[in-house]
Amino acid sequence: MKTTYREAMRAAIRDALQRDERVFLMGEDVGAYGGCFAVSLGLFEEFGPERIRDTPLSESGFVGAGIGAALGGMRPIVEIMTVNFSLLALDQLVNNAATLLHMSGGQFNVPLVIRMTTGAGRQLGAQHSHSLEGWYAHIPGLRILTPATLEDARGMLWTALEDPDPVLIFEHGTLYNVAGDLADDAGPVDISTAAVRRPGKDISLITYGGTLPAVLDAATQLAAEGIDAEVLDLRVLRPLDDAAVLGSVARTHRAVVVDEGWRSGSISAELSARITENAFFDLDAPVGRVCSAEVPLPYAKHLELAALPTAERIAAAAREAVGARG
Amino acid sequence: MSGTAARGSGSSDSDHTRHLLHQMLRVRRLEEQCVELYSAAKIRGFLHVYIGEEAVAAGVMSTLAPDDAVVATYREHGHALLRGVSAGAILAEMYGYVEGCCRGRGGSMHLFDAATRFYGGNAIVAGGLPLAVGLALADKMSGRSRVTACFFGEGAVAEGEFHESLNLAALWQLPVLFCCENNLYAMGTALARSESQTDIALKAASYEIASWSADGMDVLAVEEAARRAVDAVRSGGGPHFLELRTYRFRAHSMFDPERYREKTEVSRWMERDPINTLRKALEDAGQLTEKDWKKIQQDVDAEVKAAVEFAEAGTLEPVEELTRFVYSERRPQ
Repeated sequence: MKTTYREAMRAAIRDALQRDERVFLMGEDVGAYGGCFAVSLGLFEEFGPERIRDTPLSESGFVGAGIGAALGGMRPIVEIMTVNFSLLALDQLVNNAATLLHMSGGQFNVPLVIRMTTGAGRQLGAQHSHSLEGWYAHIPGLRILTPATLEDARGMLWTALEDPDPVLIFEHGTLYNVAGDLADDAGPVDISTAAVRRPGKDISLITYGGTLPAVLDAATQLAAEGIDAEVLDLRVLRPLDDAAVLGSVARTHRAVVVDEGWRSGSISAELSARITENAFFDLDAPVGRVCSAEVPLPYAKHLELAALPTAERIAAAAREAVGARG
Repeated sequence: MSGTAARGSGSSDSDHTRHLLHQMLRVRRLEEQCVELYSAAKIRGFLHVYIGEEAVAAGVMSTLAPDDAVVATYREHGHALLRGVSAGAILAEMYGYVEGCCRGRGGSMHLFDAATRFYGGNAIVAGGLPLAVGLALADKMSGRSRVTACFFGEGAVAEGEFHESLNLAALWQLPVLFCCENNLYAMGTALARSESQTDIALKAASYEIASWSADGMDVLAVEEAARRAVDAVRSGGGPHFLELRTYRFRAHSMFDPERYREKTEVSRWMERDPINTLRKALEDAGQLTEKDWKKIQQDVDAEVKAAVEFAEAGTLEPVEELTRFVYSERRPQ
């Protein structure tokens, strides 16, 4: 069937609400407004205000309440409007959700799912556009998902809700309108492994989330030039699927990591380090990286575009790596 | 004392009052022991004792049912003990042993116990309030008539999470009992130096939460206030808020030189020691004989001694298990 990323996500939420009465959705404007990005549009009317629960603008309060409700036997889905706003809930996410199981010696797990929008490309300026999922991937105790495809938008949520521990799902804002075909019987997918989106033999382009479309575009450009790029979609930023990353590099001997986060101290830095630590002798070229420019994301369209990884920049980095013959 | 020991002349009332005296003494002696063990370097990290404030935990805990939930702070040894966590498991936790209530992963500030629904041991000031709101939300959505009691100090009142939590609890009419243990100092900062409005019950009332203060040095007054509030919360009356006015006799932690308060102020408050006061009131009412008091002390001393022996016999978790409990071990396939 024809669908969009937004509709696939909504179908996933609806499915979860129907499957399990312990599931409810809570967040700012998820109900009467229909969701800031219209993901939950119509669910308020369908499931009512108890299960599609509008909250005040109290990120720390309602994220903490989600943790408490999870401890109390519910399966909450907490929506935070954007990753920038999630910083107001960092205490609950980092000091509570990620630590309670460990601090309690294994007694209290937190089966909570948190969804939030991430990323730039919509001229929303520096307080609505950042890509901080790599930051969250630093935290032991959290599982970090970055659905980039319709299948993952439809399928990751239920698996996340079945997970006994806190799962954060980062939905890139530019993906919501992506349209395509989804199998009628599309359902839950694994939340542990990376996926090869395009097999290739000359170079591994490793990415996740909102930059997957640009990376696939770059691979098409490169193919026209005779460079056969493999595109690896990480899907999960914590724990990283090391086997998939190293397996791809072992096949292609070259890697470029594409990450909309800033380069310094980023998930791309972590990937580069792991490849260098574990596959150094497989490499025929230094690991390349394409990241966002180290500026707060600007409003003006040309400046924002200049700050972000684009297909052209990704292709250029790949050419450079391939040109560096071992 | 607002509720006098002699209030009820029936033997069950005086039995109960003696029980409260016993409970407070259990906390006092366990913590005195903790301080000694800290000085002997058996316990490390931060250690915050509750000495002087025992009436608050003893009074509130006695009104809760077994399936209610408790969320506490990093000054929570007494709350854990009175909730039903054994003194041995608490001490072993402070020793860092696997026999501790959290296998030594938490320490003094992070006592947890699933069996008694004791949700910490939260060392971020005000960080426990949203958890309590969520536990209560789960109960309300599931149609259970359980109460979540949430303890925090008056320092928490300055945090945003306090205000967010009170608003959510009131907005959604959740079964939470907020217990503010106002001991007048947020670490070393006096209430009047940190709050423009020092009437904390009044602040809570501004969220449309039924709210009142009680003498936190008087266990019967605390219990009476808590019982009223817990009954109301349990019967669907929405969140309630108690400001329990108390005082910490000892330093904030073992590292606190107490530059911020006068010794005379401390000694004035010590004249209102909740244990001595209740003991004297019971004696004056003829409800506590010397023999009774001796028996209480012997029981407590025996409990603490056994706890120390239990902790001393503890064992270290193998280092190979370091990374357990970061993620759950039972995962769906």
